[in-house]
Amino acid sequence: MNLTLKIWRQKDSSSKGQMVDYKVTEISEHMSFLEMIDVLNEGLVAKGEEPVAFDHDCREGICGMCSMYINGEAHGPDRGVTTCQLHMRMFKDGDTITIEPFRAAAFPVIKDLVVDRSAFDRIQHAGGYISVNTSGNTQDANSIPISKQAADTAMDAATCIGCGACVATCKNSSAMLFVGAKVSQYALLPQGQVEAADRVKNMVAQMDLEGFGNCTNTGACEVECPKGISLDNIARMNRELMKASI
Amino acid sequence: MSVFSADLFNEVSHFMGTNPVVQFALQPVLIFGVVFHFVMGFILELQNTRARNVSYAKNNGGANSTWMSRNMIWSGIAILAFIILHFIDFWFPEINTKFIQGDWSGTMEGVEGFRYYEELVHKFMHPARVAAYVIAFVFLGLHLAHGFTSAFQSVGAASLRKKLEKVGLAYSIIIPLGFIFIALFHHLNH
Ligand code: HEM
Ligand code: SF4
Ligand code: FES
Repeated sequence: MNLTLKIWRQKDSSSKGQMVDYKVTEISEHMSFLEMIDVLNEGLVAKGEEPVAFDHDCREGICGMCSMYINGEAHGPDRGVTTCQLHMRMFKDGDTITIEPFRAAAFPVIKDLVVDRSAFDRIQHAGGYISVNTSGNTQDANSIPISKQAADTAMDAATCIGCGACVATCKNSSAMLFVGAKVSQYALLPQGQVEAADRVKNMVAQMDLEGFGNCTNTGACEVECPKGISLDNIARMNRELMKASI
Repeated sequence: MSVFSADLFNEVSHFMGTNPVVQFALQPVLIFGVVFHFVMGFILELQNTRARNVSYAKNNGGANSTWMSRNMIWSGIAILAFIILHFIDFWFPEINTKFIQGDWSGTMEGVEGFRYYEELVHKFMHPARVAAYVIAFVFLGLHLAHGFTSAFQSVGAASLRKKLEKVGLAYSIIIPLGFIFIALFHHLNH
């Protein structure tokens, strides 16, 4: 199929960017969205132009690197997928597709569609870990009883890949789904109890410091999250924070 | 009450308007609550718009969230405009009569018995005012359609949020509709 692309081009973090129109032809509907951009870039390189910079790594939906705001939605119109897992069959021949970087004050653009998501790393450093020594003296897994439900819910929270789609989607650029998932993952398990109070307080403080907005429960993040992280995790984080503050 | 009986409305209005618990405890708490809520609302909106310094060229909000949830600030501002109108209509005149002129009798020259019902009917004669009331209550309904369940989520009660979804929706339709009925009833009957 043949497509018109409107893509955000920005030379570096300090220059002003703008939307630029491109045409791509003979795109297979079986291509992933990133492969379609690869085709565009090969054409640009052949013409001696600067290729469109974009983030990617695993290309199998698990690393969380590929970002892109496609036609007004994080990771495009499909549900439960990252951009690398979005396929061109979701579009029609002749479509115009708008492609922008994830937008948030806390995610500054580095170049074109690449944004700096290290704010997430700093939130993790503030408390997204346990300090139990797990090397060499691991206990038998069954010696600490954990209910099936708690284990499953913790596992669901742990599937967050830190992609930032929740922030990009949220009208407030709030990171509460991400932080809620990271807090929940430990709050549900006995291993996470030791630092539970400090963890939630420090991670939320870092989140605010990075300039993310505040959750107003629109629920957009849950819909756009490629891993189906539930809003329940935000409620759990609110509960943990209240528990830690009194 | 004003729909069913003018006398009952008068009695209750006089009680509410002269009872010290209502006047000096409940009323300040309510006013403080509303002021606190909209001041916090504006601060929240300011922080949240700052959190996205460059906006999207194309954003498809309707794909993942309700209109109500994305426009709380606008439904809130409509309610605030109504509250200001309501204060000009009723609250300032009451405070003036009671606290400045010291008249706590609840009566008025040319009106037999208490004056409250008379004043109410008089206010709802003007179609523009009735329209303003009706529009404001539609916005209140929109505000509550998101706000009711949102409040449970904010305090961490996610399971209650889901259970009360229908209750919240019913509440945010029935309460404003009741107020709309009152305004229209008095407009059409006098
Ligand atoms: C005076 C004018 C008002 C303004 C400017 C205002 C503004 C706001 C804002 C900005 C929010 C948070 C945004 C969001 O959740 O998306 C909010 C939430 C809310 N508002 Fe209002 N509002 C006003 C009046 C009212 C009134 C009169 C009521 C109820 C009778 C009300 C009930 C609620 C509720 C229940 C919430 C949800 C709270 C939460 O999620 O924790 N508001 N309002
Ligand atoms: S919560 Fe979902 S959208 Fe947000 S960072 Fe994690 S995986 Fe991505
Ligand atoms: S490139 Fe790893 S999730 Fe898309």
